[in-house]
Amino acid sequence: MFKKFNITCDEATTICDKSQYGEASFYEKLQLNWHLLICKVCALYSKQNRTMTKVFKMKASDCSKEETKCLSNSDKEALKEQFKQLQQQ
Amino acid sequence: MNQKDSKHTLDPNKWIDTYADYLFNYAVVRVNNNDIAKDLVQETFFAGLKSAKNFEGKSTERTWLVSILKRKIIDYYRKINSKKGQAEVRMNFYDNGDNEGNWIEERVPQSWNNEAEKTIENNELKSQIDDCIEALPEKYAMVFRMKTIQEFETEEICKELDITPSNLWVIIHRARTQLRNCMEKNWFNK
Repeated sequence: MFKKFNITCDEATTICDKSQYGEASFYEKLQLNWHLLICKVCALYSKQNRTMTKVFKMKASDCSKEETKCLSNSDKEALKEQFKQLQQQ
Repeated sequence: MNQKDSKHTLDPNKWIDTYADYLFNYAVVRVNNNDIAKDLVQETFFAGLKSAKNFEGKSTERTWLVSILKRKIIDYYRKINSKKGQAEVRMNFYDNGDNEGNWIEERVPQSWNNEAEKTIENNELKSQIDDCIEALPEKYAMVFRMKTIQEFETEEICKELDITPSNLWVIIHRARTQLRNCMEKNWFNK
């Protein structure tokens, strides 16, 4: 069982990414933190991952400000035309 | 058209004026491409017309059309999934042998310049992120955008794209490690 507790760098960084969305389980966080104690590289990844999250959050808030997109009138007219033809068939 | 009060009915002639923008928005958020979204909306209307006789009036017209569009988006997702395999992904970890799951040496994260943290609000940075997301395989970019930029719930993405949560996290993980590398090369350590 203790063997299971040791995870690979690939698994550790997967949990690290998951926890950036607040969706890692308690057990996963334990595994991750244990791994971060013994692995410098993943500790660096983890630290930089928080920076990346900040950057993405900024992108996300930017995105929600954008107004909704609409189809252009010409697109709609073309669509109606095709639609009419199809209905007649 | 039968006009029973309790049942919803379909009126295809009004579809385009009433729902085109709503459906277009719905699609564009998910596929992140205007032309593809336009095609999907068109296909949705056509498919709706063809199967109008199967409409039972249990849901509203809009809900019914959205459910068709969802199917179309999953189909699109399946298509890009089979077209663009995982070969493009430059892996960061060994995937077999004694080193399985360890960092591949030349992909080990490097430390970043100290200014990295300070320059977060910046238009150049934003377009660099877009470029890096654009460089991801289509499937990864789509899942990553939905989860991180549009902030969908995990459950919702899984349901819409017909994948399991562990599948989703592997995709997010691969996308993020790749984005990290891309940003390291083009931004933080430029």
